[in-house]
Amino acid sequence: MHQFVIGRLNDWQLAGFDISFSKAAAFMFAAVVVATLFLVLTTARRAMVPGRWQSVAELWYEFIADMIKETIGSEGRKYFPFVFSLFSFIVICNLLGMLPYSYTVTSHIAVTITLALSVFVLTTFIGITRHGTHFLSFFVPKGVPLVMLFLVVPIEVLSYFMRPISHSVRLFANMTAGHTMLKVFGGFVVQMGVFGVLPFALIVALTGLEVAIAVLQAYVFTILTCLYLNDAIHLEH
Amino acid sequence: MPQFWMEDFAPQMVWLVISFIALYLLMARVALPRVADVLETRHGRIADDLDQAAQLKAQAESVIGEYEAALAEARSQAQATIAQAGVEAAAAAERRNAEVAGVLAAEAAAAAGRIADAKTEALAELRGVAAELAQAAAERLIDAQVSQADVDAAVDDAMRNNRIGGS
Repeated sequence: MHQFVIGRLNDWQLAGFDISFSKAAAFMFAAVVVATLFLVLTTARRAMVPGRWQSVAELWYEFIADMIKETIGSEGRKYFPFVFSLFSFIVICNLLGMLPYSYTVTSHIAVTITLALSVFVLTTFIGITRHGTHFLSFFVPKGVPLVMLFLVVPIEVLSYFMRPISHSVRLFANMTAGHTMLKVFGGFVVQMGVFGVLPFALIVALTGLEVAIAVLQAYVFTILTCLYLNDAIHLEH
Repeated sequence: MPQFWMEDFAPQMVWLVISFIALYLLMARVALPRVADVLETRHGRIADDLDQAAQLKAQAESVIGEYEAALAEARSQAQATIAQAGVEAAAAAERRNAEVAGVLAAEAAAAAGRIADAKTEALAELRGVAAELAQAAAERLIDAQVSQADVDAAVDDAMRNNRIGGS
């Protein structure tokens, strides 16, 4: 489990808070730098007919723009920078984690719960400021008999507050399980000597799978964020 | 698992918040406007090109319309000219036919007149010859002197019986 140690590089304290810079923090900033440099450099030529790299940047942009348009609609436009940053941060952290000897920021529940809670607080805030007390009607599904409401409303409330948990654990668990599995099979390669080629072949396949999962989980986290935003804006189930 | 070392939560969250805000600002202020600008410029350019193409198409269509109108006019003019020429030619032919027919009728009438004259002349001569022949025949055969008046009457009678002559 050594790969998951955040790797403190110093022991900074500020007003009683531990703000030690670590490998984890370094990889977070690496993601920021990679995202910014990639988008700025690929659009440097501002080509009318985009080259390969510029196409990637444009696809990336339009992928998130289309996702917001489809799930939220035109009102989701002002959250585009947030959703785009979220997706970019997660997908780059996930993919940086696939490099050998690197560190996976998103394999920590502390990180994913912070992101999920930010989304939760943001969506709840949007829901309340847009709809006021009417926001509570979100917990009362339409067309349910009155008697059933005594059962349904607590379930709705509970499921609403469970959102940040499921939202964060999904990403954290996928990243941790994937990296742990690769580590375990990596250990088999060493232990089995000549027959280590079998787990080695498996690792090659699993690495491909993990890359797919890295992108997929970033997508899942982002589309759930969009759906939660849509709930807050339109109060629909 | 290091993921559950609670003392690591605070520093991760602090740096996550800092780095994510940095990322958000860089995306919102720098990177995304650039990409949006590139995409908008292209969409604008494509829309402009489409507009221009539509304009050119409209122009071409109006030119074609003008050309076709001119063509139709020329065709109708040509047809009118042809029709007029036909009418004129028909009238001229009619006139010439009428003239020729008149000339022919006059000539035919003149010819008929001449034939009638010739016929009367021939009949008159025939009477004279017949009378002389009858006188000579009577003198030679029966040696009788027949008077001119008797011969003439006999000839007239014979000619009437044989339906010769116009009287």
